[in-house]
Amino acid sequence: MKYLRTNIHEIETAEELQKIIDENENVMVCCGRMGPMCIPVYEIMEELEEERPEVKFYSMAFDSPESGVIRNAPECRGFMGLPFTMYYKSGKVAKVTTSIQNMQQITSNLDQFLS
Amino acid sequence: MILGAGAAGLSAGIYASRGKLDTLILSEGVTGGQMVLTNEIANYPGVETIKGYELVDIMRRQAKSFGCTIKTNVKIVRYQLAGETKEVELEDGRIFRAKSVILAPGGKPRSLDIPGEKEFEGRGISYCATCDADFFQDKRLIVVGGGNSALEEAVTLTNFASHVTIVHQFDHFQAFAHAVEEAKQNPKISFVMESELRAYMGNGTLKKVQIENLKTKAVSELETDGVFVFIGYKPNTSAFKGMVEINERDEVIVDPAMRTNIPGVFAAGDSIAKRYRQVTTAVSDGTIAALSATEYVRAKE
Repeated sequence: MKYLRTNIHEIETAEELQKIIDENENVMVCCGRMGPMCIPVYEIMEELEEERPEVKFYSMAFDSPESGVIRNAPECRGFMGLPFTMYYKSGKVAKVTTSIQNMQQITSNLDQFLS
Repeated sequence: MILGAGAAGLSAGIYASRGKLDTLILSEGVTGGQMVLTNEIANYPGVETIKGYELVDIMRRQAKSFGCTIKTNVKIVRYQLAGETKEVELEDGRIFRAKSVILAPGGKPRSLDIPGEKEFEGRGISYCATCDADFFQDKRLIVVGGGNSALEEAVTLTNFASHVTIVHQFDHFQAFAHAVEEAKQNPKISFVMESELRAYMGNGTLKKVQIENLKTKAVSELETDGVFVFIGYKPNTSAFKGMVEINERDEVIVDPAMRTNIPGVFAAGDSIAKRYRQVTTAVSDGTIAALSATEYVRAKE
């Protein structure tokens, strides 16, 4: 079931998320809601999708039971701001962020962790 | 050329492109500006209630449907606003030229700029109650500010938090009387007046804050699980200083036709000197600026 209205592909199940990070070297997943802190991150990801074909960009609904795998990830312990954004490199969590991020912060993380 | 893609910039884009001007919107942020930060808009005439991002989406589609080009998340490194041809250069080297420019850069939420801020953003410090309130179920919270947003959001946060302390620098609130009254009536809200936060403290997550009483200068600590900051917005006008006339509050000075002191350069929205900052006033400013710019360009032709 889809919860988000964005132009990036929404992952609907934990199984699908696992398959994506297993099959792709560089994956960025923004786990959030249709809220003011999350929408800017989705829009930046939409723009980066064209510029960075080496990275796969996805969203996941924070309120879906299936996103527990992100909500409860040890790397996200202590996070109290949406969205939770995950950067996966070769199937492993390379970087996580909490709350809104701007273009510069996101591209810096992509350059540093998913290059 | 319109610099900014909030309510003012998008409205200007709709009017200028519908007026058959070749129109480009460049924005250093995302489309929608502060509208995106608004969960629900209930006082936009003609629309009963609408999510902020939904109104943005409609405005963006309207502008595009009239032929307006929108480029967001760009970094502008050079502005040339004087002269017949206005010019901006992007970080990637692209240069855009126009006969007229509308400045609509909007504003950004003010932060307190005190120790611990960067460390605890998203780990106890928040600027959006709608987004993050449910992380603070049965927790103690502090709300900083004394305007409508602070008072209204403090009341909203009591639906989640066990207690909310409002910390405000003055001995009175700037919010509308009904918002103040509602907060005062709420048994979960207490007030610390004439005080300011001096530091955020914790270990991994926020645990307490340091508060200074501005009257007595006494500094105390208050344990808390979260701080929500609502202390207004700062105009994004630093890039235009020395070019257009800006007042002591960093707002662009315009006349009733939204003209700045530079011929062919107009300004609109939250970045201009004015009393009320609403989506409706930004839409109005953007409309006037676009019509004035159209008149300016046509006169030059």
